[in-house]
Amino acid sequence: MNRVSIHTKTLAQLSKGLRAREFSSVELVRTFLDRIDAHQPMLNAMITVMRDQALTAAQAADRELAAGRGGPLAGLPIVHKDLFCTEGVLTTCGSHMLDNFVSPYDATVVAKLKSAGAITLAKSNMDEFAMGSSNETSYFGPVRNPWNTDLVPGGSSGGSAAAVAARLVPAATATDTGGSIRQPAALCGVTGVKPTYGRVSRYGMIAFASSLDQGGVIAATAEDAALVLREMSGFDPNDSTSVDMPVPDYVAGLDAPLAGLKIGLLKEFFEKGLDAANEKRIREALAVYQRLGATLREVSLPNLPLSVPAYYVVAPAECSSNLARFDGVRFGHRAKDPRDLTDLYERSRGEGFGAEVKRRIMTGTYVLSAGYKDKYYLKAQKVRQLISADFKRAFSEVDVLMGPTTPTPAFPIGAKTADPITMYLNDIYTIGANLAGLPAMSIPCGFAASLPVGLQIVGPHFSEGKLLNAAHLFQRETDWHTRMPEAFK
Amino acid sequence: MYDFGLPFAFVVSPKPMLLTREQIEDIAHLARLALQPAELPVYQQSLSAIFDFVGELDRADTANVVPMAHPLAGQSQRLRPDVVTETDRHEIYQRNAPQVAAGLYLVPKVIE
Repeated sequence: MNRVSIHTKTLAQLSKGLRAREFSSVELVRTFLDRIDAHQPMLNAMITVMRDQALTAAQAADRELAAGRGGPLAGLPIVHKDLFCTEGVLTTCGSHMLDNFVSPYDATVVAKLKSAGAITLAKSNMDEFAMGSSNETSYFGPVRNPWNTDLVPGGSSGGSAAAVAARLVPAATATDTGGSIRQPAALCGVTGVKPTYGRVSRYGMIAFASSLDQGGVIAATAEDAALVLREMSGFDPNDSTSVDMPVPDYVAGLDAPLAGLKIGLLKEFFEKGLDAANEKRIREALAVYQRLGATLREVSLPNLPLSVPAYYVVAPAECSSNLARFDGVRFGHRAKDPRDLTDLYERSRGEGFGAEVKRRIMTGTYVLSAGYKDKYYLKAQKVRQLISADFKRAFSEVDVLMGPTTPTPAFPIGAKTADPITMYLNDIYTIGANLAGLPAMSIPCGFAASLPVGLQIVGPHFSEGKLLNAAHLFQRETDWHTRMPEAFK
Repeated sequence: MYDFGLPFAFVVSPKPMLLTREQIEDIAHLARLALQPAELPVYQQSLSAIFDFVGELDRADTANVVPMAHPLAGQSQRLRPDVVTETDRHEIYQRNAPQVAAGLYLVPKVIE
């Protein structure tokens, strides 16, 4: 086995290699663990590395593979974002509040991928409680962008995106509440899928905003994303919003021809503010789709500009409710020597949560408080309905929507931390899909000043297969998804 | 106008801060968050800016619009049969608790 280049292979290629016994799962897992360790000081992509557990699981996978058994992901390495509960393993959510929390159970996503044969190597760094767009709110320090380590990787799934970009692992789980899969995937030059709301179980995924949160995957290619998503998706009685619908074979549908595909270009996404170099790459990507037989037309979603303010009412409202469970009593950080129960709650939470989390809890508390609920919360839920109706109207005319994932490429660490609203506007193109519960992807489509640019594809509910198909055929025509940052080759 | 060089422009408030220091203390108490004195002006400023920003929602005409209750239209909250599905695992769960005695979570005295 050539251990020098094995990390450049896709999950699909690695799976074939394992089945052909070109290399063992133990060799594979050790290769990636060594890369994780070697690059941890520079990238800070992980919070916990599970070397011993991973090697033990790899030995078991090798026995299965040798016997011609093993699930669809048998012996393949994966990393979980550190908000997926992992039995017997530290699960911190990027927070001081949970820096001593050892999960007593597996999230459904973790259990499903484990039973498909995947080997968990580590838990990836993330913005605290998934609240952030730059991975700078993590209690464990910022993750760095492998393309330029002075820059942010995006967030909140910054560790997962940076790890895949630097090929520390071929695929990683992630979650997306307002863009937290797609935005870091775009800024790190990798492929990210946020499925339809309800497609992937939220059980054991530490909650931020329950009507918006959705688990998904970041990988190097659409084919790899399809392999993982097929195993993570599906009905789960433990999640009351999980949808009881069969999961299509996303891999089998990857090669369907795109002739006649109607692509809508979101007028609002190409207006003032889109970086000129980003726009150029997006237009070039659209031309590739035209060559593949797709047609383009402009569509307008007039209420979309209100998606960011609507989100910054709904998401904090849900967060203030969800994070009420962190009270210093049953788990998590507890303040020393509390005077009384109120002091215990207030100081445990004041000390355990970071600045951005506290800001969002307070925002949510205010918009739900007496006298303000109608003005803010119900108003935002009505605007959300308008945005959802705009999407529905657009999908009566086109099959998918395409546009940029982010307005600009990655920005320097520290550049946007002073003003929260400047940071919130990073997600201006991604939030709409969350508000409407739609599936969406980001795929690499070129570079602006040596930094990756992401093309966003949004589809109607449960069209993940179509999105992956469109992304895969683009990746057959282009090689942006194969590019790797020089320092991590 | 807010102008971050980004697609959508937002009206910036020339008004004084929307929230007072006392309101921030009140919100923090409602949220059960102990803040350090130095944090108060920071949150006064940023929360005022956030409420000014989300005030943009007033521009939308939402007369006769029903607030969204679920991202997937037509989905309703599922019920499950009322049967016991969980076993007693309190010992495992309580390993994460800061203070436990005799299977009970300990907190400061509530009733004198």
